[in-house]
Amino acid sequence: MEKRVVFRNNVLPYLLVAPQIIITLVFFIWPASQALLQSFLQEDAFGTSSAFIWFDNFADIFTSEEYLGSFRVTLVFSFAVAGIALSVALLLAVMADRALQAATAYKTLIIWPYAVAPVVAGVLWFFLFNPTVGMITFFLKKAGIAWNHTLNGPQAMTLVVIAAAWREISYNFLFFLAGLQAIPHSFIEAAAIDGAGPWRRFWTISFPLLSPTAFFLIVVNIVYAFFDTFGVIHAITRGGPNYATNILVYKVFNDGFINLDLGGSAAQSVVLMIVVISLTVVQFRFIERKVHY
Amino acid sequence: MMVEHRPVLTFVTHAVLILGALVLAFPIYITFVASTHSLEEVTRSFPLLPGSHLVENYLRALTVGPRDVGATVGTMMLNSLIMALGITFGKITISLLAAFAIVYFRFRLRMIFFWMIFITLMLPVEVRILPTYKVAADLKLLDSYGGLIFPLIASATATFLFRQFFMTVPDELCEAHRIDGGSPMQFFFDILLPMSRTSIAALFVILFIYGWNQYLWPLLITSDQKYYTLLIGIKRMLDVGEGQAEWHIIMAATILAMLPPVLVVIFMQKQFVRGMTETEK
Repeated sequence: MEKRVVFRNNVLPYLLVAPQIIITLVFFIWPASQALLQSFLQEDAFGTSSAFIWFDNFADIFTSEEYLGSFRVTLVFSFAVAGIALSVALLLAVMADRALQAATAYKTLIIWPYAVAPVVAGVLWFFLFNPTVGMITFFLKKAGIAWNHTLNGPQAMTLVVIAAAWREISYNFLFFLAGLQAIPHSFIEAAAIDGAGPWRRFWTISFPLLSPTAFFLIVVNIVYAFFDTFGVIHAITRGGPNYATNILVYKVFNDGFINLDLGGSAAQSVVLMIVVISLTVVQFRFIERKVHY
Repeated sequence: MMVEHRPVLTFVTHAVLILGALVLAFPIYITFVASTHSLEEVTRSFPLLPGSHLVENYLRALTVGPRDVGATVGTMMLNSLIMALGITFGKITISLLAAFAIVYFRFRLRMIFFWMIFITLMLPVEVRILPTYKVAADLKLLDSYGGLIFPLIASATATFLFRQFFMTVPDELCEAHRIDGGSPMQFFFDILLPMSRTSIAALFVILFIYGWNQYLWPLLITSDQKYYTLLIGIKRMLDVGEGQAEWHIIMAATILAMLPPVLVVIFMQKQFVRGMTETEK
């Protein structure tokens, strides 16, 4: 798409894009290329000398049990977050779509947790499940369940998944509801006249028509779980206990800033960049399809 | 939409929605309740109803601040606000200008710039934290408002949104303006900017929430309490080691940290929904 009518000026356009381009160069492209370069170097602890070591940093991380463990943890975490956030949101959206006039009121009640920061979501759930002062811990104990996510890996994972999925439900709800409300009324009516009940109508009409929205949301949710949940982990578990919730972004932070392993952290950054780039490409492909459809 | 009368299903519908809304609100309700009790009550008796220490706890958080953090919640809220507004206005301004240049001018590096902006989508702070930190350190941006704001204001989404919108502006407007001998910047300020009001409002809501909720970047670059944002402050309050965390104050601070973005979503819901759906396209 191009404009037919444009202004002619040789200097002005450069001045106009300059702020955006300078910020992009200084804070995006330069650091990213540094990460790329660093991932091929080995530096000593004082940063005084460095040697080019090709793919050794990558070989190191991909043979490190800790890194592979972190990859597995991230996959489990992401799919659990996306699965819960999508299914709960879909249920609520279908119900809200049925609620007619009340839909708007319910929408207000359901979308606001999205405004809560991931780290704050972490603090909220950490408080509820706190081993000493948590209310839910207290009731679980009464029900005979000993809860201590600081010692029990699966419990820690459950807690970070709940905290991360909680605010994402609102986001998915908004998109599912919009998708449902865009389905032409006549489709549903025609099916109803043919005798299809609500259950059957949902699975044969609404659900297939929602699939572009659902695919788009799956990608967005996975990106969210991979990259935006640092705050949740940092507030609740710090990757523990015993690396049970050590997701990749937390590990990059930890190796770079706490353990000061520059080459290893850079190689991990590069792997993460590849992940974001692939997910972004997938996301754009789905959106293209959504537009054509 | 409902095409037939099914009272049982209608009942189930509302029951599920009310239950869902309650479950979603539950953690925030409990946080609010905890913020109105004394520390003793919070840690001993698991209160379910608000207590009588609301004013006392919030006043202490806002003016004295929690133990061991060295900054009041009032100061930290101000820092969060400066960061959030700085990011919001910064992103909107530079994106408007860049989109204007890309849509309304032909120049040699146009497509290269376009792709450079696009790339920022693929490089969130999380994947380039160490080198970005180093750049900020070299530029003496650690512990400064500039450091909190500048690295976060490049935005491909806002630029694309404005580009998309500018493409729909009729060419006749620009043509007429040129025939009248107007300059490009006059066109920008007198015609494009007023026409972009609704897009700007929608973006404002989304970006304010984004800015207020930033966590990893402020965590990296602030070590001086003077520049702590509220989210960093809350995390520091929790890190008491073996000591007893001051839960009543932490919970008051948490409520205050949620208040601005949640109020924005509730009172600017229309713009929020618009912003969400438009920026994701």
